[in-house]
Amino acid sequence: MLAKRIIPCLDVKDGRVVKGINFQGLQDVGDAVELGRKYALEGADELVYLDISATLEGRNTFAVLVSRVAEAINIPFTVGGGIRSLDDASRLLDAGADKITLNSAAIARPQLIEEIASKYGRQFVVVAIDAKSGPDGRWMATTHGGSRPTDKELFSWAKEAQERGAGEILFTSMDHDGTRAGYPCPVYAALSDALSIPLIASGGAGSVADIAAVLTIGKADAALAASIFHYGQYTVAQVKKELAQAGIPVRL
Amino acid sequence: MIAIIDYDMGNLRSLENALDRLGATYCITSAPSIIKQADKVILPGVGHAGLAMENLIERELPDLIRSLRQPVLGICVGMQVLCRDSEEAPGVPCLGVFDARIRRFSPAPGCKVPHMGWNNLGNMEGKLFKDIESGSHVYFVHSYYAGLCPDTVATCNYAGKMFSAALRYENFYGTQFHPEKSCSVGEQILKNFLAL
Repeated sequence: MLAKRIIPCLDVKDGRVVKGINFQGLQDVGDAVELGRKYALEGADELVYLDISATLEGRNTFAVLVSRVAEAINIPFTVGGGIRSLDDASRLLDAGADKITLNSAAIARPQLIEEIASKYGRQFVVVAIDAKSGPDGRWMATTHGGSRPTDKELFSWAKEAQERGAGEILFTSMDHDGTRAGYPCPVYAALSDALSIPLIASGGAGSVADIAAVLTIGKADAALAASIFHYGQYTVAQVKKELAQAGIPVRL
Repeated sequence: MIAIIDYDMGNLRSLENALDRLGATYCITSAPSIIKQADKVILPGVGHAGLAMENLIERELPDLIRSLRQPVLGICVGMQVLCRDSEEAPGVPCLGVFDARIRRFSPAPGCKVPHMGWNNLGNMEGKLFKDIESGSHVYFVHSYYAGLCPDTVATCNYAGKMFSAALRYENFYGTQFHPEKSCSVGEQILKNFLAL
């Protein structure tokens, strides 16, 4: 049976892993390769590294980091942050990334999904959507850490991304991200049903029960989390053990 | 020396890194003389099966690959092109080493396509799976699969559909999953291949 995946997410700034609430107030939580290796040994199913460096120098540091991660880690990993062109994606593929995530660049120019997927395959492209619920109840995609609204509605944009060649959708509720208050499960369930590709839930996990809920009620295929792992609240192994006890198929 | 066949079908970096971690020596090549003399041959592959066949033909490799007598391991699309043909490339004959045809998973509720992630191995046979426990998880990423056939040496179940996780015919081996991405289980499978 296909296991539900648990994916620690590492936000990387100038080679170090950082974490903040709603992308504000960053704290250093460790070396990116060491932390990744630790998670892989604990049983992480995949890793995601997001480059949040704002400078060109930071971006170059990130590409070097990706090749170090690829050498050290024997599970798949995804990288993202600042990928705007096929060339950016190619450079990260050459460094050893298994997948890339596209976010605001895909919103600005949706053809980018096709360009990358047709060259490297659908499995290489994860489209990340940071969405917020509006007063009318509609979920709208945002960019720049939730600060800029867009005209893309979550469901139609996710389906468009799938049609253009995305292999997975990573949906983060910006209303929940970093709050540790749980995921909006009904939205996930509806989105998962609307898609034929896997859906990864992200942002909001405060407990194993939250993760269990989004993988069952929320019908997500994988859960991505950062804070609950970085601050040692839970190890990946503990989370997976508890999920297994709850009857959720996981790789132990 | 292991020859990794280079035919421009995806990134080889993760395979190289996995072999480096095992301390194996390898070269990446499309030169027939080197492939012929190698102790082991790996045919990797990510992407479209039709394009994979086109690239092999362009490099005049199909007959050479069929004639190899040392252990050969096809991974993912590398395994698929060793089969008879693929629904992904209608009308294109593949290498025909394994007696299997490649079909597409039909998306359905509870059956997302691609089949992506960690799934269990069952019904394992032979030295490739030495010291691998039944039910071990390995990493899959694919939309097409080989059904069960006489060459099946490991099975996997996705959304109620049983398919071949691995195939073997004489010196030819194929895995639909990615051993190079499958943590310690994958490392053991690669070690077993290297020890054949």
